[in-house]
Amino acid sequence: MSTQEQEATQNLTLVQSVRDALATEMELDDDVLVMGEDVGKNGGVFRATEGLYDEFGENRVIDTPLAESGIIGTAVGMAAMGLKPVPEIQFSGFAYPGFDQIVSHMARLRTRSRSRYTLPMTLRMPYGGGIRAPEHHSESKEAFYTHEAGLKVVIPSTPYDTKGLLISAIRDPDPVVFMEPKLIYRAFRGDVPEGDYEVPIGEAVTRREGSDVSVFTYGAMTRPTMEAAEELAEEGIDAEVVDLRTVSPMDRESIVESFKKTGRACVVHEAPKTGGLAGEITATLQEEALLYQEAPVKRVTGYDVPYPLYALEDYYLPNAARVADGIKEAAEF
Amino acid sequence: MSRITTPFRPFANQYRESANRYERAFGKTGGQSTPCQFLAVFLFTVNYLRKHYQAGRTAFWYAKVGTVSTLERDPDDGMVQVLDDEGGVVGDVPDLPEEEFVAMYRHMKLARHFDERAVSLQRQGRMGTYPPLSGQEGAQIGSAMALAEDDWLVPSYREHGAAMVHGLSLKETLLYWMGDERGSLIPDDANVFTPAVPIASQIPHATGMAWADKLKGDGETDTGFLCYFGDGATSEGDFHEGLNFAGVFDTPNVFFCNNNQWAISVPRERQTASETLAQKAVAYGFEGVQIDGMDPLAVYKATTEALEKAKNPGEGERRPTLIEAVQYRFGAHTTADDPSVYREDAEVEEWKKKDPIPRLERFLRDQDVLDDERVAAVEESVREEVADAIDAAESTVRPDPESMFEHVFAEQPPELRRQAEEFARLREEYGDEAFVEE
Repeated sequence: MSTQEQEATQNLTLVQSVRDALATEMELDDDVLVMGEDVGKNGGVFRATEGLYDEFGENRVIDTPLAESGIIGTAVGMAAMGLKPVPEIQFSGFAYPGFDQIVSHMARLRTRSRSRYTLPMTLRMPYGGGIRAPEHHSESKEAFYTHEAGLKVVIPSTPYDTKGLLISAIRDPDPVVFMEPKLIYRAFRGDVPEGDYEVPIGEAVTRREGSDVSVFTYGAMTRPTMEAAEELAEEGIDAEVVDLRTVSPMDRESIVESFKKTGRACVVHEAPKTGGLAGEITATLQEEALLYQEAPVKRVTGYDVPYPLYALEDYYLPNAARVADGIKEAAEF
Repeated sequence: MSRITTPFRPFANQYRESANRYERAFGKTGGQSTPCQFLAVFLFTVNYLRKHYQAGRTAFWYAKVGTVSTLERDPDDGMVQVLDDEGGVVGDVPDLPEEEFVAMYRHMKLARHFDERAVSLQRQGRMGTYPPLSGQEGAQIGSAMALAEDDWLVPSYREHGAAMVHGLSLKETLLYWMGDERGSLIPDDANVFTPAVPIASQIPHATGMAWADKLKGDGETDTGFLCYFGDGATSEGDFHEGLNFAGVFDTPNVFFCNNNQWAISVPRERQTASETLAQKAVAYGFEGVQIDGMDPLAVYKATTEALEKAKNPGEGERRPTLIEAVQYRFGAHTTADDPSVYREDAEVEEWKKKDPIPRLERFLRDQDVLDDERVAAVEESVREEVADAIDAAESTVRPDPESMFEHVFAEQPPELRRQAEEFARLREEYGDEAFVEE
């Protein structure tokens, strides 16, 4: 890529940048292939693979039978043989028939084989609520995957990061679970370079500098969190917003660094509270920065109930008002 | 290089045997037959005629014989066989050089002796839980010997004999069951995949591996992928998904089902109401064959043919094959299992009459390939090889405890590095004796 091409940008939605990342990497590396339900001729139910079938053909954009374990399990076999498959699970809520393949093999094959067999594969799945979907289409269960050693778990929140992180994930020598916030697939556009570039896995980014309280979040919750931070700025509370981008391995340094500056923290995720990543972040702060702590760490999360059908989902999901309430509680303690 | 020829075997003799088997299966020696029994005899006879007088390649068999299950009926019924239970020739003997037959015999003796020693090591507390293979040597050795060096072997967790044939040393197998991760570090020159413990979960891997090979070759491949699993695995979703993908994408796979009749304590009939496991292949659009898995020559033949088809399918043929190798696990599921709780000794004894090792030995003695002296020499060399493997495994220094933190990722993430450092500090401060139970 020439510098000029690198600098050319396009204005894309998040889901378009998923597609752009796949097309970019497939163009550069013949070993990369896309597989899953409806990803081929149909271009994916969310259009994440639109046009790729025509561009790269049926052997690199593969419509598979409707079988999550088969998709993930055969991708494991392909990756062990040196291909770089990018299987798509249509909704994260349907990944569970393939859960055994994820935890028993995707996560463990490098360890089991002492690195003879490695899995350069990226398992894409849209996750999260707020799109008025039927049952099982709205959950946010990233904690299942972060609990499993051997997996990296990435959750982008902007079109730019989505492309850069997805390219990094495809190039990563280890398996990556790439969870896409479908609530914001088309919520806004952003400038995305046309060429290939990487956003490093494992690095958080500060979305808003602030001095009073640190707010840690990721994925679709980044938007209401930023909204809340801007509202609170008018009330005189200066919140720093850190977008984790990768939830495993988590960028503990950036989390601790921000907290040392503010001494106060609020963690926001749409996943249920118990066993969620907010607990991990809170524990990290306890371990690494106890003496900086000026207030209890506040968790603003989904509730510990099965994700409600959509008539009530707005009450379940953290929104700007709930996030602002949580930030205030941490800031004013 | 001398080759073994097939001696003629009179039909009448075989027929008498099949009738006897029928009586045994129904526990009857005479009296009136029910229409069902009459039908069974009729089909049985038709099948025998078909089996022994069909020209050309091995007959692929979709079971339609009678209504009895594999376990209830005589195991020979309707299956592809080369040797009968006594080692007599009843089918086309594979065209192999004499030393290959001797190698097959020696591999089987080696696998059996290894197995006996491994169980003994576990009993003596020198090794952890171990899954024995005795009784299954014919299936394991016969199939693995059909592999070309570049073909791949995708095992479950009981294929110590097969993996040994394809390049995994006995020492490594021992290390794995002694709890040392290095035991599943397959040598670079052996196309063997790591053992899979979750039942059937390796089947989609084998399909994916074969698929990758075909994709890389733009639809062509000269590599076969042989995947093992048991009868219980055929009830799992991954069996279905793996075979279904293989059919749809026409991958160069041989799915080898070691139907040893028992999934721990659950008998074959509880896994499926299908008459055979082989017939499940029909649903995936490719061939299924039921063979006598305790007849190493039948196993070798069927696997060789299936691998050849995987690489060079004929006009209108699909590449994959499901082989159901009917056999019996003489021992326990694992050393942690007590099979006397769920099955009768008489059943075990009945199946031991089909033991693959004396069968092949009888055949090779009949061909003047083996005699007492050569058998004794094989037994001596097998004892030495297993003893050496045990010595090598037991004298291997325990794994470095810090190696636990290696091979999780290509690059160790910071938090994992911190945990490794914490671990090193604890060992330094308290010594290993504070952590290791003796």
